[in-house]
Amino acid sequence: MVLLAVSFICFLIFRFTGDPVLMLAGKYATQQEREQVRIAYGLDRPFYVQYANFLGNALKGNFGKSYISQVDALDTILERFPATFELALTAIFISLAAGVLLGVVVSIKPGSLVSRAIMAGSLGGISIPTFLMGILWVMLFAVYLEWLPPFGRGETVQIGPWRTGFLTLDGIKHIIMPALTLSGYQLAVILRLTRAGMREVLSEEYIKTAWSKGLSPFTVIVKHALRNVLIPVVTIAGLSFGELIAFSIVTESIFQWPGMGNLLLVSIFETDHPVIVTYIMMAAFIILAINILVDLLYAWLNPKIQYN
Amino acid sequence: MDKNTLKPVLSIDNLKTHFFSRKGVARAVDGVSFDLTPGEVTGIVGESGCGKSVTALSVMGLVPNPPGRVVDGKILFHQKNLLDLNIKELRKIRGAGIAMIFQEPMTSLNPVYTIGNQISEMFRLHKGYNKKQALDAAVDMLDRVQIPSPHKRVHEFPHQLSGGMRQRAMIAMAMSCDPEILIADEPTTALDVTVQAQILDLMHRLKDEFSTAIQLITHDLGVIAEMADQVVVMYAGQVVEQAGTRELFQHTLHPYTRGLLASIPVLGHRTRGMDEDLTEIKGMIPSLYDLPAGCRFSNRCPQVMDKCKTHLPELTEMGGGHRVRCWLHTKGTTL
Repeated sequence: MVLLAVSFICFLIFRFTGDPVLMLAGKYATQQEREQVRIAYGLDRPFYVQYANFLGNALKGNFGKSYISQVDALDTILERFPATFELALTAIFISLAAGVLLGVVVSIKPGSLVSRAIMAGSLGGISIPTFLMGILWVMLFAVYLEWLPPFGRGETVQIGPWRTGFLTLDGIKHIIMPALTLSGYQLAVILRLTRAGMREVLSEEYIKTAWSKGLSPFTVIVKHALRNVLIPVVTIAGLSFGELIAFSIVTESIFQWPGMGNLLLVSIFETDHPVIVTYIMMAAFIILAINILVDLLYAWLNPKIQYN
Repeated sequence: MDKNTLKPVLSIDNLKTHFFSRKGVARAVDGVSFDLTPGEVTGIVGESGCGKSVTALSVMGLVPNPPGRVVDGKILFHQKNLLDLNIKELRKIRGAGIAMIFQEPMTSLNPVYTIGNQISEMFRLHKGYNKKQALDAAVDMLDRVQIPSPHKRVHEFPHQLSGGMRQRAMIAMAMSCDPEILIADEPTTALDVTVQAQILDLMHRLKDEFSTAIQLITHDLGVIAEMADQVVVMYAGQVVEQAGTRELFQHTLHPYTRGLLASIPVLGHRTRGMDEDLTEIKGMIPSLYDLPAGCRFSNRCPQVMDKCKTHLPELTEMGGGHRVRCWLHTKGTTL
């Protein structure tokens, strides 16, 4: 249902955003040539026919061919998917690990100098836009320190249909900066969420119970407090993971990362409608799928919720 | 049981726990002393904010710091002052030697772990049992607190149990390592009356079985009459009266205790037209930041004298272990 709505809206929007025929037939085509192209691509037919055709094909897994490369739009995107997925995965991993850890530190010693520095940093993480952060990382690690490569994905290994950068040192070096950039905002959000949650949970009665049992501070904080805090944190992290996959456009273009976001950008410049529409459908699908996964995870974390 | 033959297992001596904030110093516990005897129930009574719970938390070393801190006094447990112990030594006593149960069984169990998990944690921590042994021991404990089908219940989460069951589970957890002292902070306040009686029964039985000393914190004098062997009445951070339960109810000395007793609603009084309204103690408990100069009860006391407003009476022994802090009864003053 959601997917249907998304498909309709994006189809509608692209009716009014530039005529792909101009692009397809070239700048110097005659009027006659343009009409030929229009008919060849079925762009002369009424809107609802085009839409019905698109839907029918989409259900069969056929999202049409890219106007530019004449390759299946879905294949083009899926080929780019591993790069984006790995980037998003690394980013969410960084933001979860660092965000929760720092959030716990801040909540245990709220007044300390370290905590204040972390909180100030998190404010930066929320307010510095992604492109600026990316450029700053490049300046620091690639230009001054020359530790990390500034662009590209480096060496990759092909495993079946999946092309991974995790298995080579070069690939890992390449992913650090983009992942840091992409994770910045989420990290700050998760940190603040963890801190707020910890503050609330640490004053709960069952934490008093845990202390009164003689448990170590580590057990009280990690087993008894953090587990309760993680319920909302995982929800947010999960939902934002979908967004990271779908909208890592800015980061990918800064680091020339060969992922879906970069592909989308190029396709928009070239008015490559099938690719854009397919991309948006993919994004909607991914976010929906992750929503379902998060719901399941939520049930697992929170015993009060059970799905039958 | 004869009180004099048994050595106290815990002696609180002149305990002072203060809270430091921008508004000033709140003397939440200000020179409190009493003993706990094995197999006896010591009731601590008083209105909210009189320092009952803070006294208990001080014994456990769980006063939130900052802002709170034990500034003076001794808490002797087997001749060892708990206030001198480091955190590691204290942790060995928490749960194993002194256990605590709280008012609200709804919130005092962790919602994301099964009760079996939470009880077996005690056995694993203090007795070094492995997972299997600890779970068996947990089932055994649930059986002892009369939870039906303990094998099934042990795998349930707190929200699957009723309030009474949760408090039973909480008691099972607290009693699991056979502690010498059980501090029960308003253990029945949040429960239905019928369930209250069951829980009190259970505590009574376990106390005899394990010969535990129970420190029962409550504002319910009915519970005290039912359970306690001796009673400590607290007001604004101080002990105002202390006696054996029967003695206290029969020969009430302090006006505050009398007020507490008078404010218990009596069944049938109103319908028979004996009392128009419930009796109450007039006025509010004073702010801990702004205590009266003399006796702390002086601003509410129906029998207040001039001396009360300027000079704080000492807690005075009246014979037979009955002690009271009141100028009405303190003869031969130091003035």
